[in-house]
Order: sequence, then structure tokens, then C-alpha cells
Amino acid sequence: MRQDLTVQQMSEDDDRSPPLDLRCGAAPSINRARNCSGEAVSGSGSSTSSSIPASVPVTVTEYQSQYPDQVLEIVLENVLQFLTSRRDRNAASLVCKSWWRAEALTRSELFIGNCYAVSPDRARGRFRRVRSVVLKGKPRFADFNLMPPDWGAHFGPWVCVLANAYPWLEKVYLKRMSITDDDLALLAESFSGFKELTLVCCEGFGTCGLAFIASKCRQLRVLDLIETEVTDDEVDWISLFPEGETCLESLIFDCVDCAINFEALEKLVARSPFLRKLRLNRHVSIRQLYRLMVRAPQLTHLGTGKYGPSEVAQRQGDTEPDYIAAFAACKSLVCLSGFREITPDYLSAIYPVCANLTSLNFSYATITADQLKPVICNCHKLQIFWALDSICDEGLQAVAATCKELRELRVFPMNAQEDVEGPVSEVGLQAISEGCRKLQSILYFCQRMTNAAVIAMSSNCLELEVFRLCIMGRHRPDHATGEPMDEGFGAIVRNCRKLTRLAVSGLLTDRAFGYIGKYGKLIRTLSVAFAGDSDMGLKYVLEGCPKLQKLEIRDSPFGDAALRSGLHHYYNMRFLWMSSCRLTRQGCQEIAQAMPRLVVEVIRSDDEEETDNYVETLYMYRSLEGPRHDAPKFVTILR
Amino acid sequence: MAFERDLNLEATELRLGLPGTQESRSNKRSLPDMNIVDDQDHRSGSSRVIANASNATKSEEETTPPSKTQVVGWPPIRSYRKNSLQAKKSEAEASGIYVKVSMDGAPYLRKIHLNIYKDYPELLKALEDMFKFKVGEYSESEGYNGSEFVPTYEDKDGDWMLVGDVPWEMFITSCKRLRVMKGSEARGLGCAV
Repeated sequence: MRQDLTVQQMSEDDDRSPPLDLRCGAAPSINRARNCSGEAVSGSGSSTSSSIPASVPVTVTEYQSQYPDQVLEIVLENVLQFLTSRRDRNAASLVCKSWWRAEALTRSELFIGNCYAVSPDRARGRFRRVRSVVLKGKPRFADFNLMPPDWGAHFGPWVCVLANAYPWLEKVYLKRMSITDDDLALLAESFSGFKELTLVCCEGFGTCGLAFIASKCRQLRVLDLIETEVTDDEVDWISLFPEGETCLESLIFDCVDCAINFEALEKLVARSPFLRKLRLNRHVSIRQLYRLMVRAPQLTHLGTGKYGPSEVAQRQGDTEPDYIAAFAACKSLVCLSGFREITPDYLSAIYPVCANLTSLNFSYATITADQLKPVICNCHKLQIFWALDSICDEGLQAVAATCKELRELRVFPMNAQEDVEGPVSEVGLQAISEGCRKLQSILYFCQRMTNAAVIAMSSNCLELEVFRLCIMGRHRPDHATGEPMDEGFGAIVRNCRKLTRLAVSGLLTDRAFGYIGKYGKLIRTLSVAFAGDSDMGLKYVLEGCPKLQKLEIRDSPFGDAALRSGLHHYYNMRFLWMSSCRLTRQGCQEIAQAMPRLVVEVIRSDDEEETDNYVETLYMYRSLEGPRHDAPKFVTILR
Repeated sequence: MAFERDLNLEATELRLGLPGTQESRSNKRSLPDMNIVDDQDHRSGSSRVIANASNATKSEEETTPPSKTQVVGWPPIRSYRKNSLQAKKSEAEASGIYVKVSMDGAPYLRKIHLNIYKDYPELLKALEDMFKFKVGEYSESEGYNGSEFVPTYEDKDGDWMLVGDVPWEMFITSCKRLRVMKGSEARGLGCAV
């Protein structure tokens, strides 16, 4: 009902031709028939036709223009079918009421960047024919234990509504959501045509839940579990896939840290002719990998599991399989990962595929520069490279020398501590900047850095869209000059005109934020930790970055005055996170009162009472729903 | 004891915290970090800190030496990734995955993977097969009876110990390398030749 009122209001504001529904006879029925596309959706039909009051006059001129407008709307719906980008669709829906309606009926992919911004019912009410849902829950800093467990982002309420509203649902993508086995059971039972399940950084369920998916989703093409925690319920989920040929195209379970039934897996792979992506967990030994590769030479993406011998002693006389031949047989392989407990002796087996690789993930492999070099020198087409800093600056130099097509680089620390001598430094960064000129995205953990190297990257890598530098020692300055890292990051925002995501670190003064505010006009995501001198830092950013959507700050001296300076912008943002800063409860309260459509959450760590003046964590986000009803005790929502 | 009082050991005691303060148990205050360059400028609000190892009230993700503090969630690595690497490191350190085995008189050394054996008899049998010898009976009081050869190992402290004295779990975490000693040298270890 409320939705109909909104429609009515829109029609009164609309100067253009009145909505199709007002015209007599033929038009509404045409609408209804077309909108249904074979399904009996009389419900949605009625919302567009009978609810408009007859009080809006229909003039002669409007009657004469009926047919051209009718045609226009038919054309519109057909054209909108092809609009896939959600930003384009959002824009189209704002043109006028009939465009809004047509867009709502033709949107098949629903993207919800914050599961609390809108309720499942509201989403269902507007979008009637959805085949694919993307839902994101917790903010990113929850990954680093900055948020107590059981904060929220439950999939339960969503899956219940989806089950009722979209029987034809095919795809679900969840990121940082809390999912139970029961949720997965309901999902598996509710959608007979369900095809793709992707869970990224989720938790709350176990192999029990996977068993439901495997056994009940007969049309399943994709089951991708990425950096998701799965508890070991000791259920043999792999053996529960249906007998006979499967539709499986992608099976990614490298993060599922439970032993699996290898015989069942082997049989599954053997009866999955469409399988292109397979990423194994570390419980699959290299011998077992061999057997799978032999059965699936058509693979394009392979996660190699342990990539070492199993712990069971081999029988005497067992010959080593010909791993090189197995790799050579995989002519379509473009993406290689895994190597979870690598025995470097086996590394040479991958040489046959190096020339075709576009993506190589060594981020769990403690290999040295010398072990990397013979591999990387063949990887001329490599676009994505993830590694541990065990490869040292020397390894990065080798990458820079060969991988001219590199778009994305991530270097993770073997030793995630602050004080140790780091194996990668400004030397590696400089080399990469000189060798990989097409670089678009970089995540680089190091112990020391210089402004000069960062400036070099800013002028060499003009395609950069994502620049995330993590100098692990807090407040660490340029180790050559002793100066803050302001100039380096300043150069990045100034020179990299395509930059949309930035993470800063090291010793930074307000000046760095001044640069960000002045030049970072396209920045959508900004991560700040242990940086800045005063409120001015945050003010520069909030006042200067019009595209800012996601701002996450920790341990920086920004207070209430800075928070106030963003009032003009918070409705345009997905969220703001500030932990261990200098915000007071009153300061946060002011924001809550000034902005009714903002949910302002103050989060304490577990049950500790707030003894400080300062708020431990502020997490605030725009929402159409007001305060959520599932907030745990340690969350206070300010009004 | 009077002697210790005179030395005023407490004043010279190495501990974390500013002079004159007790070791803080709070995990809301950040403790002075020796590694922050501008310690005085560290003005941000309560930094969540895991209390040091001796005062741990929360479980720590990694065991840290008592002199370091660790801040929650820093560096920003997902626990999944941290745990994978940590597991590998402690596996490598604890079990010394592959240990060298030398046999007196043999021309070259071997390497074995300690983890694949579940107790001493299995290990000894494997050594016997590998080097073609017999160890004889083990007894606590007399060591290995009835054989020329005695299995020994070097532990974490660098001492050479008789294989079999400590519980198996302790053995595999402390064993750095193995050496099968010949009778004449092994006399001190209780080999009755």
C-alpha cells in the first residue's frame, strides 16, 4: 500500500505524459501480459494499474498521444532488459515513474552493499523478478578482530524472504555475512533452479550446511567458498553430490580446512565434464592432485591444495607420478593457486603452464627468490600475482623484469609482526613501478618504505586504481629521510588520476590528508590507521572527496568536530567506521539526531563497560529502515 | 632475602611500562611501544592492546615474547591467513619436519620425517631398516641392551640425549637431529657391550 502511495505522489509530480495505467482499456492489459512473461504475476500487475486514482484528468491530447507513449514504454522495458550495470539502472529509475516501474520489473540482479541499509521486504516489494542476489554484511575491519563476534549480518532473515519471493532465484553471492546450516538448508530446498553459490569471508556454518547444498541443488554450477570459515561437522559433503553427470563448472573449497573423502572427490571430478575451476584444500596431497588433474585436463583455474607429499609414508617402490606431464596436459590453465604446504622440489612441474598463466597465487607458499625465478621468468602473460614477502626484493625484481602485463600485485608478510627485519622494502616497490607500467592494483606489506619509491610508483604507474600500502610498524617514517610519508601518498593522489581506493600507513601528518582531500576526487574507499595529527585531517577528507563511499579509520586522533564536518556527505556514503579515535558519545549523538536516516552504532568490545570518555567504535551507515532489531547487547544505536 | 633487597632488583627489573607504574592489565590503554618513533605524539584514544604474555587475559593469536605488545588487528591480515602461516611456522619449528639422521660409519646422512611415526618402536624400526642394524632392548636404567648401536638425538639446547627417555610428544618437538652412535662411543650412555 505504501508503495502505491509513493507511485501516486510521483505521478503528481510528473510533468511528462501521465502514466500508461490511466489510459483506458487495452494498455493496462498489455502491460500485465508482458510483465508476466509467462508467469502469473497478477499481483504485480495490479500494483501498476488499478491503484492509480482516476482523479488525474485524461485530456484529449493525452488520448491522442496514447499509442506513441505505449510504444515508448514497451520499447523502454525491452531496452532496459539489456541494462546490466546497476549504476545505469539506478539512474534510469530516477527519470520518471514509468521508467522507475519498468526498471524495477526488469532488474534481475539485486546488489545490496549493506544488508542493513534496506530490509528484505522492501527489496522484495520493489523488485519482483530477481534471479541473482549480492549481499554484503559486516564492514571490512571486522576481518581483523576489531568487531566482537555475533554483531549481526545474518543471512537468515534474507533467505526466508528470498525463498518466498523469488522461486526462480539462481545465484547468491554473500560477503561477510553470518550464515547458519539452516539457512543453507532453506536455500537448497527453496530454489529448484539454483545455480551459483559464492560465499566470501562468511562464517557460522559447517560441512553440514555444505551437505545440504551438494545434495539438493541439482542444477548447481558454482560452489565457491573463498576465505570463509567452515566448521568441521565431520560430514562427507563431497560424496553427497548427485550421481551421474553434474553441471558443476566451479568448485572452490581451498578455505575449508577439513579432511575430505578423496575417492568421492575423484569420482565427482570424473563425472563433471563442465568443470573449469577447481581449488582444493591443503588436505589434498600432490599425488592426489595428480589423479585429479589427469581426470580434468580441461581446467582453467586450479588450486593445487597442499602441493606436497601427504604425511602418510609412501610404500617402497611407488614411483612418483609425472607431474610435469599432468601440467602439460592442462592446455587451458590460466590461473594457478594453492601451494598450501609447498615442497619446493615440485615447483618445476608447473613450468609447462607458465607461459599461459594470467593469474598466479603464491601467497601461501614460503618460497625464496631463487625458487621463484625459474617460474616467473616464463610468466610473460601474468596479470595477477600474489606472493609472500619470502620472495624478497630480489623476487620482486624478477617479477618486474618479466611480467609486463601485470595488473594486480599483492605481497603478504610471512611474519605479521611490527618489529622484524622485513624482506621486502622500497627496493621491491621501485622495481615493480619501473617494470610493470600497467599496474592497476597493489597491496604491499613491508617494514620500511621511502617517499621516493612511492613517488616513483605514482609517476610510473598511471593506471593505478587501487593503492594499498601497509608499512607494518606504526607511525614509521621514511626510513631514508626520517620524514613523514606525506609526500609519497600525496604524489599518489595527485598523479594517479584513476585512483578509487587508497589505504595509507606509516607516519602521516594532516598534510597527507590535505593532499587526499585536494586531489583524491575519485576515491571511493579510504583506509586510515594510526595517522594524522588533528581533526583537520579528517575534515580535509570529508570536505574534499565527493565520491567517498567507504571510510574506515582506526587509532587516529580525529574527534567530534571532524565528525561534524561530514554531515553534508554521510547520506552519500555506504558507511563510516571509526575505532579508537577521539569521538565522544555526545558527538556521535549529535550526528544521530541531525541525520534521521543514518544508523549510528556505538560498539563496545564485548561486555566491557565504557569507562573512557571516548567511544571505542563508531559504525554508521545510511538505512531506510531505522535501527535494526537484531543488535546484540554490546551495540548501542544512538537516536 | 636481605641480599636481594640490597641489590634493589626491582628497580632494575626489565619490564614493560613507564617507571613507577605497575604492569598494566588494561587492554584499553596502549602501552608505550618502544618502536614508535614519536612516542610523545601518540595521542590517539584507547588503542586496543593485547596484554603481554605474562598477563594474558585474552587468548592471543600468536605467542609473543613478553617484551612486545601487539595491537588488535594490526597489521591488517585476516586471521585465516595468519593462522595458515602460523600453523606452518609452528609445525616447522615444533616437529622439525625433516630431521637429519647420521650413522657412525655410514658414508652419507639420511633425512626422516618425524611426524609420520607415532611412537618410538615405529621410529626405531624405521631406523633399523634404513641403516641395517639392530638397537636392542630399551630400559630406563640401562639404556639399550644387547646391541652395538645406540640411537641418540640432539635436543633444542644442543645436548645429546638418549632416544626413549622422554615421552614421544616431547621428543618430536625437541629433536633437532638424530645420530646412531656406535658401541665404543656410547659406553657412557649405558650400552652394555
